[in-house]
Amino acid sequence: MITVNNLVKLFGTKRAVDGVSFTVERGEVLGFLGPNGAGKSTTMRMITGFIPPSAGTVSVGGHDVQEDPIAAKKLIGYLPENAPAYTDMTVFSFLHFAAELRGLRGDEKKNAVNRVVEMCFLGGVLHQSVETLSKGYRHRTCFAQSIIHNPDVLVLDEPTDGLDPNQKHEVRQIIKRMGEKKAIIFSTHILEEVEAACSRAIIIDRGKIVANGTPGDLKAMSEWAGAVSLRVRGASPAVVRAKLSDMGGAKKASADEEGAAVRARVYPSKPGNRDLARAVAELAARENWKVEELHVEEGRLDEVFRNITLPDTVKEAKS
Amino acid sequence: MSCSKTWRHIWTVTKRELTGYFASPVAYVFIVIFLLMNGFFTFMLGGFFERGEASLTSFFMWHPWLYLFLVPAAGMRLWSEERRLGTMELLLTMPITPWQAIVGKFVACWLFLLLALVLTCPLVFTVMYLGSPDKGAILSGYFGSFLLAGGYLAIASMTSAMTRNQVISFILSVVICFFLILCGWEPVTRLLVNWAPEWLVRAVASFSVMTHYLSMQRGVIDSRDLIYFASLIGFPLFCTGVILRGLRS
Repeated sequence: MITVNNLVKLFGTKRAVDGVSFTVERGEVLGFLGPNGAGKSTTMRMITGFIPPSAGTVSVGGHDVQEDPIAAKKLIGYLPENAPAYTDMTVFSFLHFAAELRGLRGDEKKNAVNRVVEMCFLGGVLHQSVETLSKGYRHRTCFAQSIIHNPDVLVLDEPTDGLDPNQKHEVRQIIKRMGEKKAIIFSTHILEEVEAACSRAIIIDRGKIVANGTPGDLKAMSEWAGAVSLRVRGASPAVVRAKLSDMGGAKKASADEEGAAVRARVYPSKPGNRDLARAVAELAARENWKVEELHVEEGRLDEVFRNITLPDTVKEAKS
Repeated sequence: MSCSKTWRHIWTVTKRELTGYFASPVAYVFIVIFLLMNGFFTFMLGGFFERGEASLTSFFMWHPWLYLFLVPAAGMRLWSEERRLGTMELLLTMPITPWQAIVGKFVACWLFLLLALVLTCPLVFTVMYLGSPDKGAILSGYFGSFLLAGGYLAIASMTSAMTRNQVISFILSVVICFFLILCGWEPVTRLLVNWAPEWLVRAVASFSVMTHYLSMQRGVIDSRDLIYFASLIGFPLFCTGVILRGLRS
Protein backbone atom coordinates (compact mmCIF):
# COMPACT_ATOMS: atom_id res chain seq x y z
CA MET A 1 0.00 0.00 0.00
CA ILE A 2 2.78 2.42 0.90
CA THR A 3 6.00 2.45 -1.05
CA VAL A 4 8.71 4.87 -0.01
CA ASN A 5 11.62 4.98 -2.36
CA ASN A 6 14.92 6.66 -1.55
CA LEU A 7 13.29 9.60 0.18
CA VAL A 8 15.46 12.64 0.87
CA LYS A 9 14.57 15.89 2.57
CA LEU A 10 17.00 18.77 2.88
CA PHE A 11 16.45 21.65 5.26
CA GLY A 12 19.12 24.08 4.13
CA THR A 13 22.22 21.90 4.14
CA LYS A 14 20.91 19.54 6.81
CA ARG A 15 19.75 16.18 5.52
CA ALA A 16 16.74 15.62 7.74
CA VAL A 17 15.79 12.47 5.85
CA ASP A 18 18.54 10.77 3.93
CA GLY A 19 17.66 8.00 1.51
CA VAL A 20 14.84 6.24 3.34
CA SER A 21 13.15 3.33 1.55
CA PHE A 22 10.57 0.88 2.83
CA THR A 23 7.19 -0.61 2.00
CA VAL A 24 4.14 -1.30 4.11
CA GLU A 25 1.55 -3.81 2.94
CA ARG A 26 -2.08 -4.15 3.92
CA GLY A 27 -2.32 -6.03 7.21
CA GLU A 28 0.94 -4.63 8.48
CA VAL A 29 1.50 -2.27 11.39
CA LEU A 30 4.85 -0.56 11.05
CA GLY A 31 6.37 1.03 14.14
CA PHE A 32 8.55 3.99 13.41
CA LEU A 33 11.19 4.44 16.09
CA GLY A 34 13.97 6.90 16.56
CA PRO A 35 15.33 9.59 18.85
CA ASN A 36 13.91 13.12 18.69
CA GLY A 37 14.90 14.89 15.50
CA ALA A 38 15.74 11.65 13.71
CA GLY A 39 13.41 12.49 10.82
CA LYS A 40 10.30 10.51 11.78
CA SER A 41 7.82 13.38 11.50
CA THR A 42 9.46 14.72 8.35
CA THR A 43 9.13 11.32 6.69
CA MET A 44 5.48 11.08 7.70
CA ARG A 45 4.78 14.57 6.41
CA MET A 46 6.20 13.57 3.05
CA ILE A 47 4.11 10.41 2.96
CA THR A 48 0.94 12.40 3.63
CA GLY A 49 1.88 15.01 1.03
CA PHE A 50 2.18 17.90 3.47
CA ILE A 51 5.75 18.67 2.42
CA PRO A 52 7.34 17.73 -0.88
CA PRO A 53 10.46 15.54 -0.81
CA SER A 54 13.78 16.95 -2.04
CA ALA A 55 14.35 13.66 -3.85
CA GLY A 56 12.77 10.23 -4.02
CA THR A 57 9.15 9.18 -4.35
CA VAL A 58 6.26 8.09 -2.19
CA SER A 59 3.35 6.17 -3.56
CA VAL A 60 0.22 5.27 -1.66
CA GLY A 61 -2.11 2.67 -3.10
CA GLY A 62 -0.33 3.03 -6.45
CA HIS A 63 -0.78 6.83 -6.58
CA ASP A 64 2.34 8.97 -6.50
CA VAL A 65 1.84 11.52 -3.73
CA GLN A 66 3.50 14.29 -5.76
CA GLU A 67 1.91 13.50 -9.13
CA ASP A 68 -1.59 12.71 -7.97
CA PRO A 69 -1.91 14.09 -4.44
CA ILE A 70 -5.70 14.10 -4.23
CA ALA A 71 -6.05 10.40 -5.09
CA ALA A 72 -3.30 9.49 -2.63
CA LYS A 73 -4.65 11.69 0.16
CA LYS A 74 -8.08 10.13 -0.19
CA LEU A 75 -6.63 6.80 0.92
CA ILE A 76 -4.76 8.22 3.89
CA GLY A 77 -5.92 9.03 7.38
CA TYR A 78 -3.43 11.23 9.17
CA LEU A 79 -2.90 12.13 12.79
CA PRO A 80 -0.27 14.89 12.83
CA GLU A 81 2.11 15.39 15.73
CA ASN A 82 0.51 17.10 18.75
CA ALA A 83 -2.96 16.30 17.38
CA PRO A 84 -4.06 19.72 16.12
CA ALA A 85 -7.77 20.55 16.01
CA TYR A 86 -9.79 23.73 15.49
CA THR A 87 -10.26 25.10 18.98
CA ASP A 88 -13.29 27.19 18.07
CA MET A 89 -15.36 24.15 17.06
CA THR A 90 -17.22 21.52 19.02
CA VAL A 91 -16.08 17.92 18.69
CA PHE A 92 -19.29 17.20 16.80
CA SER A 93 -18.85 19.94 14.20
CA PHE A 94 -15.14 19.20 13.86
CA LEU A 95 -15.86 15.58 12.99
CA HIS A 96 -18.59 16.62 10.58
CA PHE A 97 -16.19 19.01 8.92
CA ALA A 98 -13.59 16.24 8.51
CA ALA A 99 -16.24 13.87 7.14
CA GLU A 100 -17.41 16.43 4.59
CA LEU A 101 -13.89 17.12 3.38
CA ARG A 102 -13.56 13.36 2.96
CA GLY A 103 -16.54 13.50 0.66
CA LEU A 104 -19.06 11.86 2.99
CA ARG A 105 -22.63 13.11 2.78
CA GLY A 106 -25.99 12.56 4.43
CA ASP A 107 -26.49 9.26 6.24
CA GLU A 108 -23.03 8.08 5.33
CA LYS A 109 -21.60 11.07 7.15
CA LYS A 110 -23.84 10.60 10.16
CA ASN A 111 -22.91 6.94 10.45
CA ALA A 112 -19.21 7.66 10.06
CA VAL A 113 -19.31 10.26 12.83
CA ASN A 114 -21.27 7.94 15.11
CA ARG A 115 -18.85 5.13 14.46
CA VAL A 116 -15.70 7.08 15.39
CA VAL A 117 -17.40 8.74 18.36
CA GLU A 118 -18.14 5.31 19.74
CA MET A 119 -14.74 3.92 18.85
CA CYS A 120 -12.82 6.78 20.48
CA PHE A 121 -15.20 7.21 23.46
CA LEU A 122 -16.06 10.80 22.59
CA GLY A 123 -19.76 10.57 23.42
CA GLY A 124 -19.41 12.49 26.68
CA VAL A 125 -17.73 15.52 25.13
CA LEU A 126 -19.47 15.59 21.78
CA HIS A 127 -20.93 19.06 22.15
CA GLN A 128 -18.04 20.55 24.04
CA SER A 129 -15.73 23.03 22.37
CA VAL A 130 -12.33 21.57 21.47
CA GLU A 131 -10.70 24.41 23.39
CA THR A 132 -12.07 23.13 26.71
CA LEU A 133 -11.01 19.51 26.20
CA SER A 134 -8.26 17.83 28.18
CA LYS A 135 -5.24 16.71 26.25
CA GLY A 136 -6.36 13.10 26.08
CA TYR A 137 -9.74 13.99 24.64
CA ARG A 138 -8.26 16.42 22.16
CA HIS A 139 -5.88 13.73 21.05
CA ARG A 140 -8.68 11.24 20.59
CA THR A 141 -10.73 13.81 18.69
CA CYS A 142 -7.93 14.24 16.19
CA PHE A 143 -7.46 10.50 16.03
CA ALA A 144 -11.18 10.08 15.34
CA GLN A 145 -10.83 12.54 12.47
CA SER A 146 -8.10 10.39 10.93
CA ILE A 147 -10.22 7.24 10.80
CA ILE A 148 -13.53 8.85 9.90
CA HIS A 149 -13.44 7.71 6.26
CA ASN A 150 -12.23 4.23 7.18
CA PRO A 151 -9.00 4.73 5.21
CA ASP A 152 -6.84 1.97 3.80
CA VAL A 153 -3.71 3.71 5.03
CA LEU A 154 -3.19 5.27 8.44
CA VAL A 155 -0.28 7.50 9.29
CA LEU A 156 -0.14 8.29 12.98
CA ASP A 157 2.50 10.57 14.44
CA GLU A 158 2.86 9.64 18.11
CA PRO A 159 -0.73 8.50 18.57
CA THR A 160 -0.33 7.77 22.29
CA ASP A 161 1.57 10.91 23.24
CA GLY A 162 0.03 12.59 26.28
CA LEU A 163 -2.50 9.87 27.01
CA ASP A 164 -2.89 8.17 30.37
CA PRO A 165 -1.97 4.45 30.63
CA ASN A 166 -5.55 3.28 30.10
CA GLN A 167 -6.02 5.44 27.04
CA LYS A 168 -2.65 4.33 25.72
CA HIS A 169 -3.72 0.73 26.05
CA GLU A 170 -7.01 1.49 24.31
CA VAL A 171 -5.36 3.26 21.37
CA ARG A 172 -2.88 0.41 20.96
CA GLN A 173 -5.72 -2.06 20.86
CA ILE A 174 -7.50 0.01 18.21
CA ILE A 175 -4.35 0.23 16.13
CA LYS A 176 -3.71 -3.48 16.41
CA ARG A 177 -7.29 -4.32 15.51
CA MET A 178 -7.37 -1.98 12.52
CA GLY A 179 -3.95 -3.19 11.42
CA GLU A 180 -5.47 -6.47 10.31
CA LYS A 181 -7.16 -4.77 7.36
CA LYS A 182 -5.14 -1.62 6.79
CA ALA A 183 -1.58 -0.50 6.26
CA ILE A 184 -0.55 1.49 9.31
CA ILE A 185 2.55 3.49 10.12
CA PHE A 186 2.92 4.97 13.56
CA SER A 187 5.80 6.67 15.28
CA THR A 188 6.53 6.41 18.95
CA HIS A 189 9.14 6.80 21.64
CA ILE A 190 7.68 4.04 23.71
CA LEU A 191 9.33 0.72 23.02
CA GLU A 192 6.72 -1.49 24.68
CA GLU A 193 4.27 -0.04 22.23
CA VAL A 194 6.21 -1.56 19.37
CA GLU A 195 6.02 -4.98 20.97
CA ALA A 196 2.36 -4.51 21.81
CA ALA A 197 1.06 -3.33 18.47
CA CYS A 198 3.55 -3.65 15.61
CA SER A 199 4.15 -6.42 13.17
CA ARG A 200 7.33 -4.72 12.03
CA ALA A 201 9.55 -1.91 13.26
CA ILE A 202 11.98 0.50 11.67
CA ILE A 203 14.54 2.40 13.66
CA ILE A 204 15.61 5.64 12.08
CA ASP A 205 18.53 7.74 13.22
CA ARG A 206 19.84 10.99 11.76
CA GLY A 207 17.69 10.53 8.69
CA LYS A 208 18.76 6.97 7.89
CA ILE A 209 17.16 3.62 8.55
CA VAL A 210 19.44 1.75 10.93
CA ALA A 211 17.29 -1.30 11.63
CA ASN A 212 14.26 -2.89 9.98
CA GLY A 213 12.56 -6.09 11.12
CA THR A 214 9.94 -7.68 13.34
CA PRO A 215 10.12 -6.75 17.00
CA GLY A 216 11.54 -10.26 17.55
CA ASP A 217 14.30 -9.70 14.97
CA LEU A 218 15.25 -6.44 16.61
CA LYS A 219 15.33 -7.96 20.04
CA ALA A 220 17.59 -10.72 18.77
CA MET A 221 20.14 -8.03 17.97
CA SER A 222 20.46 -7.44 21.68
CA GLU A 223 23.53 -8.64 23.55
CA TRP A 224 21.10 -10.19 26.01
CA ALA A 225 19.28 -12.25 23.44
CA GLY A 226 19.63 -15.94 24.22
CA ALA A 227 21.33 -15.34 27.57
CA VAL A 228 20.28 -17.65 30.38
CA SER A 229 19.30 -16.09 33.68
CA LEU A 230 19.09 -18.14 36.80
CA ARG A 231 18.76 -17.82 40.56
CA VAL A 232 20.32 -20.55 42.66
CA ARG A 233 21.16 -21.37 46.26
CA GLY A 234 23.92 -23.53 47.61
CA ALA A 235 27.06 -21.85 46.19
CA SER A 236 28.96 -18.58 46.44
CA PRO A 237 28.77 -16.06 43.59
CA ALA A 238 32.44 -16.54 42.77
CA VAL A 239 32.04 -20.29 42.35
CA VAL A 240 28.90 -19.94 40.25
CA ARG A 241 30.56 -17.36 38.02
CA ALA A 242 33.65 -19.52 37.50
CA LYS A 243 31.67 -22.69 36.73
CA LEU A 244 29.36 -20.93 34.31
CA SER A 245 32.18 -19.15 32.45
CA ASP A 246 33.98 -22.42 31.88
CA MET A 247 30.94 -24.03 30.30
CA GLY A 248 31.10 -24.86 26.59
CA GLY A 249 29.10 -22.43 24.49
CA ALA A 250 29.28 -19.63 27.04
CA LYS A 251 30.97 -16.35 26.21
CA LYS A 252 30.93 -14.85 29.67
CA ALA A 253 28.95 -15.03 32.85
CA SER A 254 28.05 -12.79 35.73
CA ALA A 255 26.89 -13.69 39.23
CA ASP A 256 25.93 -11.55 42.18
CA GLU A 257 24.39 -12.07 45.56
CA GLU A 258 20.66 -11.52 45.73
CA GLY A 259 19.55 -11.94 49.33
CA ALA A 260 20.55 -15.44 50.38
CA ALA A 261 20.66 -16.65 46.78
CA VAL A 262 22.86 -15.95 43.77
CA ARG A 263 21.59 -14.25 40.64
CA ALA A 264 23.62 -15.29 37.59
CA ARG A 265 23.51 -14.77 33.87
CA VAL A 266 25.36 -16.61 31.07
CA TYR A 267 25.79 -15.06 27.64
CA PRO A 268 26.05 -17.45 24.67
CA SER A 269 29.19 -17.37 22.53
CA LYS A 270 27.06 -17.41 19.38
CA PRO A 271 23.50 -16.12 19.07
CA GLY A 272 20.60 -18.53 18.85
CA ASN A 273 22.27 -21.23 20.94
CA ARG A 274 19.22 -23.04 22.30
CA ASP A 275 21.29 -25.72 24.02
CA LEU A 276 22.72 -23.29 26.54
CA ALA A 277 19.73 -23.46 28.89
CA ARG A 278 19.88 -27.27 28.97
CA ALA A 279 23.61 -27.20 29.62
CA VAL A 280 23.11 -24.77 32.48
CA ALA A 281 20.40 -26.96 34.00
CA GLU A 282 22.64 -30.02 33.80
CA LEU A 283 25.54 -28.12 35.35
CA ALA A 284 23.33 -27.00 38.23
CA ALA A 285 22.18 -30.58 38.81
CA ARG A 286 25.79 -31.84 38.86
CA GLU A 287 26.89 -29.15 41.29
CA ASN A 288 23.83 -29.66 43.52
CA TRP A 289 22.71 -26.03 43.20
CA LYS A 290 19.12 -25.45 44.20
CA VAL A 291 17.61 -23.74 41.17
CA GLU A 292 14.83 -21.28 42.04
CA GLU A 293 14.48 -19.70 38.63
CA LEU A 294 15.84 -20.33 35.16
CA HIS A 295 14.85 -18.71 31.90
CA VAL A 296 16.18 -17.63 28.51
CA GLU A 297 16.31 -13.87 27.91
CA GLU A 298 14.62 -12.61 24.76
CA GLY A 299 16.73 -9.55 24.44
CA ARG A 300 15.66 -6.05 25.20
CA LEU A 301 14.45 -3.53 22.68
CA ASP A 302 15.55 -0.52 24.67
CA GLU A 303 19.10 -1.83 24.76
CA VAL A 304 19.10 -2.41 21.00
CA PHE A 305 17.64 1.04 20.49
CA ARG A 306 20.31 2.67 22.62
CA ASN A 307 23.10 0.75 20.96
CA ILE A 308 22.19 1.74 17.44
CA THR A 309 21.00 5.28 17.95
CA LEU A 310 23.53 6.64 20.44
CA PRO A 311 25.99 8.90 18.63
CA ASP A 312 29.37 7.18 18.16
CA THR A 313 31.12 9.76 20.29
CA VAL A 314 28.96 8.90 23.31
CA LYS A 315 29.52 5.17 22.75
CA GLU A 316 33.27 5.64 22.58
CA ALA A 317 33.31 7.79 25.68
CA LYS A 318 31.44 5.09 27.57
CA SER A 319 33.58 2.15 26.58
CA MET B 1 -11.91 16.82 -10.68
CA SER B 2 -15.39 17.90 -11.42
CA CYS B 3 -16.44 21.47 -10.94
CA SER B 4 -19.20 20.73 -8.46
CA LYS B 5 -16.79 18.79 -6.26
CA THR B 6 -14.39 21.72 -6.24
CA TRP B 7 -17.11 24.07 -5.09
CA ARG B 8 -18.31 21.59 -2.53
CA HIS B 9 -14.85 21.48 -0.97
CA ILE B 10 -14.61 25.25 -1.03
CA TRP B 11 -18.02 25.54 0.56
CA THR B 12 -17.09 23.04 3.29
CA VAL B 13 -14.07 25.13 4.20
CA THR B 14 -16.13 28.32 4.01
CA LYS B 15 -18.82 26.91 6.26
CA ARG B 16 -16.30 25.82 8.86
CA GLU B 17 -14.64 29.20 8.88
CA LEU B 18 -17.95 31.03 9.22
CA THR B 19 -19.16 28.86 12.10
CA GLY B 20 -15.80 29.54 13.71
CA TYR B 21 -16.45 33.29 13.61
CA PHE B 22 -19.84 33.02 15.20
CA ALA B 23 -18.77 30.50 17.81
CA SER B 24 -16.61 33.17 19.41
CA PRO B 25 -17.49 36.76 20.34
CA VAL B 26 -15.18 38.03 17.57
CA ALA B 27 -17.95 38.25 14.98
CA TYR B 28 -20.38 40.13 17.22
CA VAL B 29 -17.77 42.57 18.49
CA PHE B 30 -16.67 43.21 14.94
CA ILE B 31 -20.14 43.87 13.62
CA VAL B 32 -21.08 46.18 16.48
CA ILE B 33 -17.88 48.18 16.14
CA PHE B 34 -18.29 48.35 12.38
CA LEU B 35 -21.83 49.71 12.66
CA LEU B 36 -20.97 52.18 15.42
CA MET B 37 -17.98 53.52 13.52
CA ASN B 38 -20.02 53.77 10.35
CA GLY B 39 -22.65 55.77 12.18
CA PHE B 40 -20.10 58.05 13.73
CA PHE B 41 -18.29 58.74 10.46
CA THR B 42 -21.45 59.20 8.44
CA PHE B 43 -23.32 61.51 10.78
CA MET B 44 -20.64 63.31 12.77
CA LEU B 45 -17.75 63.62 10.32
CA GLY B 46 -19.51 63.17 7.01
CA GLY B 47 -22.29 65.66 7.81
CA PHE B 48 -25.05 63.40 6.55
CA PHE B 49 -27.82 65.93 7.33
CA GLU B 50 -25.89 69.12 6.70
CA ARG B 51 -25.30 68.10 3.10
CA GLY B 52 -28.95 68.54 2.39
CA GLU B 53 -28.95 65.87 -0.30
CA ALA B 54 -30.45 62.41 -0.42
CA SER B 55 -27.31 60.38 -1.01
CA LEU B 56 -25.00 58.02 0.81
CA THR B 57 -21.83 59.89 -0.16
CA SER B 58 -21.08 60.74 3.43
CA PHE B 59 -21.44 57.05 4.26
CA PHE B 60 -19.31 55.54 1.49
CA MET B 61 -16.55 58.14 1.51
CA TRP B 62 -15.16 56.84 4.79
CA HIS B 63 -15.07 53.18 3.89
CA PRO B 64 -11.50 53.07 2.56
CA TRP B 65 -10.37 54.43 5.93
CA LEU B 66 -12.68 52.36 8.05
CA TYR B 67 -11.72 49.17 6.22
CA LEU B 68 -8.07 50.09 6.56
CA PHE B 69 -8.22 48.86 10.16
CA LEU B 70 -11.27 46.66 10.32
CA VAL B 71 -10.59 44.39 7.36
CA PRO B 72 -7.03 43.48 8.38
CA ALA B 73 -8.44 42.85 11.88
CA ALA B 74 -10.96 40.42 10.44
CA GLY B 75 -8.48 38.75 8.09
CA MET B 76 -5.34 38.60 10.22
CA ARG B 77 -6.22 35.21 11.65
CA LEU B 78 -7.05 33.52 8.34
CA TRP B 79 -3.80 31.62 8.00
CA SER B 80 -1.71 32.66 10.99
CA GLU B 81 -4.19 30.93 13.27
CA GLU B 82 -3.96 27.77 11.17
CA ARG B 83 -0.22 27.90 11.45
CA ARG B 84 -0.27 28.55 15.19
CA LEU B 85 -2.68 25.71 15.94
CA GLY B 86 -1.02 23.33 13.50
CA THR B 87 -4.37 22.73 11.81
CA MET B 88 -2.80 23.80 8.53
CA GLU B 89 -1.17 20.37 8.43
CA LEU B 90 -4.57 18.80 8.91
CA LEU B 91 -6.29 20.96 6.31
CA LEU B 92 -3.65 20.58 3.62
CA THR B 93 -3.39 16.80 3.98
CA MET B 94 -7.11 16.48 3.34
CA PRO B 95 -8.02 15.49 -0.22
CA ILE B 96 -8.46 19.10 -1.33
CA THR B 97 -6.12 21.39 -3.22
CA PRO B 98 -4.47 24.32 -1.41
CA TRP B 99 -6.42 26.64 -3.74
CA GLN B 100 -9.70 25.32 -2.51
CA ALA B 101 -8.60 25.98 1.07
CA ILE B 102 -7.36 29.48 0.26
CA VAL B 103 -10.48 30.47 -1.66
CA GLY B 104 -12.76 28.82 0.89
CA LYS B 105 -11.29 30.73 3.79
CA PHE B 106 -11.24 33.99 1.82
CA VAL B 107 -14.86 33.64 0.77
CA ALA B 108 -15.92 32.96 4.35
CA CYS B 109 -14.35 36.14 5.61
CA TRP B 110 -15.67 38.10 2.63
CA LEU B 111 -19.20 36.88 3.24
CA PHE B 112 -18.82 37.90 6.84
CA LEU B 113 -17.81 41.41 5.78
CA LEU B 114 -20.76 41.42 3.38
CA LEU B 115 -23.06 40.63 6.27
CA ALA B 116 -21.65 43.57 8.24
CA LEU B 117 -22.17 45.77 5.19
CA VAL B 118 -25.73 44.57 4.64
CA LEU B 119 -26.54 45.43 8.24
CA THR B 120 -26.01 49.10 7.40
CA CYS B 121 -29.23 48.98 5.34
CA PRO B 122 -31.23 51.17 7.81
CA LEU B 123 -29.19 54.01 6.37
CA VAL B 124 -30.60 53.25 2.93
CA PHE B 125 -34.13 53.29 4.29
CA THR B 126 -33.35 56.62 5.95
CA VAL B 127 -32.30 58.34 2.73
CA MET B 128 -35.21 56.79 0.86
CA TYR B 129 -37.53 58.17 3.52
CA LEU B 130 -35.96 61.60 3.49
CA GLY B 131 -35.77 62.07 -0.24
CA SER B 132 -35.44 60.26 -3.51
CA PRO B 133 -31.84 59.13 -3.89
CA ASP B 134 -30.27 57.67 -7.01
CA LYS B 135 -30.82 53.97 -6.36
CA GLY B 136 -28.28 52.93 -8.98
CA ALA B 137 -25.58 54.96 -7.25
CA ILE B 138 -26.42 53.36 -3.93
CA LEU B 139 -26.24 49.88 -5.40
CA SER B 140 -22.99 50.46 -7.21
CA GLY B 141 -21.69 52.19 -4.09
CA TYR B 142 -22.37 49.08 -2.05
CA PHE B 143 -20.89 46.91 -4.76
CA GLY B 144 -17.73 49.05 -4.85
CA SER B 145 -17.47 48.95 -1.08
CA PHE B 146 -17.81 45.18 -1.14
CA LEU B 147 -15.07 44.87 -3.76
CA LEU B 148 -12.85 47.21 -1.77
CA ALA B 149 -13.30 45.04 1.32
CA GLY B 150 -12.41 41.99 -0.80
CA GLY B 151 -9.22 43.65 -2.03
CA TYR B 152 -8.08 44.53 1.47
CA LEU B 153 -9.05 41.10 2.68
CA ALA B 154 -6.99 39.35 0.02
CA ILE B 155 -4.00 41.38 1.20
CA ALA B 156 -4.73 40.40 4.80
CA SER B 157 -4.91 36.77 3.70
CA MET B 158 -1.47 37.10 2.13
CA THR B 159 0.14 38.74 5.16
CA SER B 160 -1.44 36.25 7.53
CA ALA B 161 0.13 33.41 5.56
CA MET B 162 3.53 35.05 6.08
CA THR B 163 3.57 34.77 9.86
CA ARG B 164 2.03 32.88 12.73
CA ASN B 165 1.90 36.13 14.69
CA GLN B 166 -1.41 37.88 14.16
CA VAL B 167 -0.10 41.28 15.27
CA ILE B 168 2.59 41.27 12.62
CA SER B 169 0.07 40.10 10.05
CA PHE B 170 -2.26 42.96 11.01
CA ILE B 171 0.40 45.66 10.83
CA LEU B 172 1.75 44.45 7.49
CA SER B 173 -1.63 44.45 5.85
CA VAL B 174 -2.53 47.87 7.27
CA VAL B 175 0.67 49.28 5.81
CA ILE B 176 0.05 47.75 2.39
CA CYS B 177 -3.56 48.91 2.31
CA PHE B 178 -2.50 52.36 3.48
CA PHE B 179 -0.08 52.55 0.59
CA LEU B 180 -2.84 51.57 -1.81
CA ILE B 181 -4.97 54.43 -0.52
CA LEU B 182 -2.23 57.01 -0.64
CA CYS B 183 -0.43 56.16 -3.83
CA GLY B 184 -2.83 58.14 -6.00
CA TRP B 185 -2.84 61.11 -3.68
CA GLU B 186 -1.12 64.23 -4.99
CA PRO B 187 1.47 64.79 -2.23
CA VAL B 188 2.66 61.24 -2.82
CA THR B 189 2.78 61.47 -6.58
CA ARG B 190 4.61 64.79 -6.22
CA LEU B 191 7.34 62.88 -4.40
CA LEU B 192 7.87 60.86 -7.56
CA VAL B 193 7.27 63.51 -10.18
CA ASN B 194 10.63 65.18 -9.61
CA TRP B 195 12.78 62.22 -10.52
CA ALA B 196 10.70 59.37 -11.90
CA PRO B 197 9.61 59.11 -15.53
CA GLU B 198 6.02 60.01 -16.13
CA TRP B 199 4.87 56.49 -16.97
CA LEU B 200 6.08 55.30 -13.57
CA VAL B 201 4.23 58.09 -11.79
CA ARG B 202 1.10 57.19 -13.65
CA ALA B 203 1.58 53.49 -13.00
CA VAL B 204 1.96 54.05 -9.26
CA ALA B 205 -1.03 56.38 -9.22
CA SER B 206 -3.14 53.81 -11.02
CA PHE B 207 -2.55 51.36 -8.18
CA SER B 208 -4.59 53.60 -5.96
CA VAL B 209 -7.87 52.15 -4.77
CA MET B 210 -9.32 55.64 -4.41
CA THR B 211 -9.82 56.49 -8.06
CA HIS B 212 -11.49 53.16 -8.77
CA TYR B 213 -13.53 53.27 -5.62
CA LEU B 214 -14.75 56.84 -6.15
CA SER B 215 -15.88 56.22 -9.68
CA MET B 216 -18.09 53.41 -8.44
CA GLN B 217 -19.53 55.73 -5.79
CA ARG B 218 -20.69 58.00 -8.56
CA GLY B 219 -22.70 55.12 -9.92
CA VAL B 220 -20.35 54.23 -12.76
CA ILE B 221 -19.34 50.59 -13.09
CA ASP B 222 -16.47 50.63 -15.52
CA SER B 223 -14.84 47.44 -16.73
CA ARG B 224 -11.44 48.93 -15.88
CA ASP B 225 -12.51 49.27 -12.26
CA LEU B 226 -13.80 45.72 -12.22
CA ILE B 227 -10.53 44.43 -13.66
CA TYR B 228 -8.65 46.48 -11.10
CA PHE B 229 -10.56 45.00 -8.17
CA ALA B 230 -10.41 41.49 -9.62
CA SER B 231 -6.64 41.71 -9.78
CA LEU B 232 -6.51 43.37 -6.36
CA ILE B 233 -8.19 40.24 -5.04
CA GLY B 234 -6.59 37.68 -7.33
CA PHE B 235 -2.96 38.64 -7.04
CA PRO B 236 -2.66 38.56 -3.22
CA LEU B 237 -4.56 35.28 -3.14
CA PHE B 238 -2.11 33.88 -5.67
CA CYS B 239 0.72 35.13 -3.41
CA THR B 240 -0.96 33.40 -0.46
CA GLY B 241 -0.70 30.14 -2.38
CA VAL B 242 2.95 30.73 -3.21
CA ILE B 243 3.75 31.58 0.41
CA LEU B 244 1.97 28.50 1.72
CA ARG B 245 3.82 26.31 -0.73
CA GLY B 246 7.09 27.94 0.31
CA LEU B 247 6.35 27.23 3.95
CA ARG B 248 5.92 23.56 3.29
CA SER B 249 9.09 22.94 1.33
